[in-house]
Parts: sequence; C-alpha cells; structure tokens
Amino acid sequence: MNDEPHIVHSFDDDLNKIEGLVLEMAGLVEAQINDCVVALFKQDLKLVLKIEESDKKVDNLESEIGDLAIQVLARRQPMAQDLRCVVTVLKIANNIERIGDYAKNVAKRTNVLAQCTPVGSSSAILKRMSSSVQEMVRGVIDAYVARDMEAADLLREQDQEVDLMHNTLFRELLTYMMENPRYITPCMHLLFIAKNFERMGDHATNIAEQVHFMVSGALPDEDRLKNDKTSYIGVESDLKN
Amino acid sequence: MFMEVQDAQGNGQTSGQAARGESETVITARDVDVYYGNKKALEGVNLDIQRHQVTSLIGPSGCGKTTFLRCLNRMNDLIDICRVTGSITIEGQDIYDPAVDVVALRAHVGMVFQKPNPFPKSIFENIAYGPRIHRIARNKSELNDIVVDSLKRAGLWDEVHDRLDQPGTGLSGGQQQRLCIARAIAIQPKIILMDEPCSALDPIATAKVEELMEELKAHFTIVIVTHSMQQAARVSQRTAFFHLGILVEQGPTEQIFTTPQDARTENYITGRIG
Repeated sequence: MNDEPHIVHSFDDDLNKIEGLVLEMAGLVEAQINDCVVALFKQDLKLVLKIEESDKKVDNLESEIGDLAIQVLARRQPMAQDLRCVVTVLKIANNIERIGDYAKNVAKRTNVLAQCTPVGSSSAILKRMSSSVQEMVRGVIDAYVARDMEAADLLREQDQEVDLMHNTLFRELLTYMMENPRYITPCMHLLFIAKNFERMGDHATNIAEQVHFMVSGALPDEDRLKNDKTSYIGVESDLKN
Repeated sequence: MFMEVQDAQGNGQTSGQAARGESETVITARDVDVYYGNKKALEGVNLDIQRHQVTSLIGPSGCGKTTFLRCLNRMNDLIDICRVTGSITIEGQDIYDPAVDVVALRAHVGMVFQKPNPFPKSIFENIAYGPRIHRIARNKSELNDIVVDSLKRAGLWDEVHDRLDQPGTGLSGGQQQRLCIARAIAIQPKIILMDEPCSALDPIATAKVEELMEELKAHFTIVIVTHSMQQAARVSQRTAFFHLGILVEQGPTEQIFTTPQDARTENYITGRIG
C-alpha cells in the first residue's frame, strides 16, 4: 500500500487518529485476554473488576472510532485505499470489541469456578488457548499497522491451533461429566470459557481477513482449514477415538 | 455516416446489443498523439468508448483529458498549431478522413461546455437554431415538436414552457446549462461530449444535470471531462485516468475508485498528487 502523505495533511491526521484509537483498543483487549485467565485461576475478583472497567473503555473506543470513521466518510469522501482503510477499521473495531466481550465473559465465571474443584488439564489448556489468542490479536494488529497481508494470512492459519485445543478440552470435559455428575457444573462453565476463547480466535481471524482486504482490495478467496469439530463430538464411537 | 445525410429518426434507437445489456464500442482511439506546435500534449492514447454508457475522463489540469475530448469532434481543428496523429473512429468511420464533413461530424457528436453559453436569443430559438440549419425539421410543426421534446428530455420543459419567447440568457446558471444540453440533443446527435459541465453550477443544479445524464444515456453515448472525482464516480460506468498526456488507466468506474491498478491513479484519486 501507498504511504505517501495526502496533499491535505489533516486527512492524514484523521486517518492516524483512527489508527491510534484502534491500537489503544487492541492494547486494552490484549491485556483483558491475559487477565481473564489469571483472574480465573487465581480467583482474583479485583482483576475481574479491572477487566470490566477496561471493557467499558473498549466499548467507548469502538463508538469513538465509528463516529470518526463516519466523519471521514462524510467530510473527506475517501477513495481506493483510503476508503478501504475507513471501511475495514469499522469492522476491525467491531471484532476487537467482541474479543473484549468474550474476555469479560470468561472473567465473569471466576466467582463460580472458585467454588468448584479443578477439572483435569483444563487450566493448562485454557492458559495455552489464552496465550495463543493473545498472540493472534497482537500479530493481527501488527499486520494491520504494517499493512502486511502475508503476515495476516499466516495468522489465519494459527486459528487452527486454537480450534484443536478447544476440541481436546471439549472431549476431556465431556468424559469427566459422563463419569461423575458432580463435575457437570464446573465442566459446563469451563466449556463456555473454552468456547469463548475459540470465538476470540475466530474474531482475530476476521480481522486478519479485513487486513487482507484493506491491502489488496479483495477478501482472501481460498477456504481456510477449520478444525473446530465440537459440533460433531458426542457419539459413543467418537469418544472412544 | 458523416459523409451522408443524417437519419432523422436515429437518435432514439437502441441497438440490439445494448438492449441485451452488452457493451458495444462506438468510439475507438488508437495510438492518438496530439501536438500543440512542438509540444506533445497527448501520447499513444488507446481508448474504447461504449455505446449508451457515460465515460468519465479524469486527471489533473494539463493532463490532456480536454484535449482528448476535443479530438472526438475535431474541435482541435480550430486551433492552428494543433496536430492529431493516430486514428479515431466513430462507428467504424475514421473521423480524420479528409472526406469527412466536419459540420456533420459535430452534429453527430454534440458538445456541452464548462460555462453555459446560450445564444443571445429566446429559449425557443436557442433550441430551434440547430435543427433549422441542419434541416432536421420539415415544417414549423416538426420544429415545434423538436423544441418541446428536447426541452422535455433536458428536464427543462416544466420550468420554461410558459416563457419560451424569453431570452435564454435570463435563465439561472443550471437552467442555462440544461438549455445547452437541450440545444445539443435537438440536432439528434449520437454522442454528447461534456467538458466540465457542472463546474460553474451549484450542487442542486449539478444534481439535476447528473440526473439528466442518467436519463440521456439510454439514448446517447456520453463522454464527460470532470475535475470532480465524486461526480465521475456517481455518473459514469467507465473511467479513464490521464496524467501528463498519457492515458494511465481505464476501467469500470467501480474498479477505478476502489481498487485502481496503477499507483499513479491511486495517488491521484486519494489526493496524494495534484
């Protein structure tokens, strides 16, 4: 993409301001992804409150980005790459906001899980899912800032790892629940948490696709390999595998 | 065609291809160079213009877009030092063939200019003048019909029908420009060239001219030079970008304004070069 300045410098200022807000938003959400797992396993209710506060800021930033983007569309009537930047930023901000919501949802379960016994390897897998998703978000925002389509495309692939971890945990928790009904409560919460991380990965993938579009003008066309098999898990034969 | 009598019924016809929604090339420019004295104003222009479409020519001042537009009805002949090489054909006929009747060519390829330039005559006479000298109307009643029809097509009839004997110069700027468009279509051209037709008009008058272009393209092929990229994006189906005398890029308007292929086009339409 072209990084020549515009003849009207204030147009660059507007676009830079929007980009700055996206970075601020992404920074907050990255911290939320990390903090929600810490809060969960250290049963840190103060951290939960911090995440909720941060999520409000994220929501406000999304709204501010939306307002600014509309102003740029109305006042600058951007074309070509500028138009794609403004349109994609709206979608990227929306996806970041959703990731933040999922992190908040994970943190919300801290109180309930504090009263349950830990189940199997869930804490280790959830920590890995969290750091993988965090890495994806950081990488995809770096790709957005650098307008790096190849990096964005590689990050789409990383979502498969998150899907695989989700599958593994899903099977494991299902087995625990079948063995002992007392595990149902913690396992249900852990399943929702795992699903939240899996969705964060999907939203990070959406952002990667938007970066691809912003740079090239077309969405990536080849179908991405998806490893989320949880919709099909549950039959006896599958559990034995 | 420019060597024979014009078909008086011709301008309302829609070709079979256009009716089927296919594009059909009506103007073909190949290797067109234009010189003003020793200075080369246009170099190697190759452009096809499709029937019943609006084609926009955009680019910074001095890029050659108006020069190219004026080549299409040989307006450049009026400039002594201007020389055109290469070939421009309209419906297969070389318009620079010495046998071409330039008056007939300009009746076939009408033009609307940047500044509305009605004749210092009545509204009726502004429209009737062309058909009369080109002998398009056989009698007064036919002439009347042409005037009414042209004003209606130009969207001006409702505003002026009760004052056709008033001077055309007494109309507002936007009305004068639509009067000039009505005057151009009265002689039943196939192609209308517009050289920045809205640059002297306010947004309402501009919107009316743009709405008119949308309607006129069903009957005419329109080529417009405009400095407003938003206007090009709004009104045209195809856009050609000129820069420093070269046709840099041409294509469907939606592509030129969203994903241009050439960095110079991108730079121009995003406001990075003047």
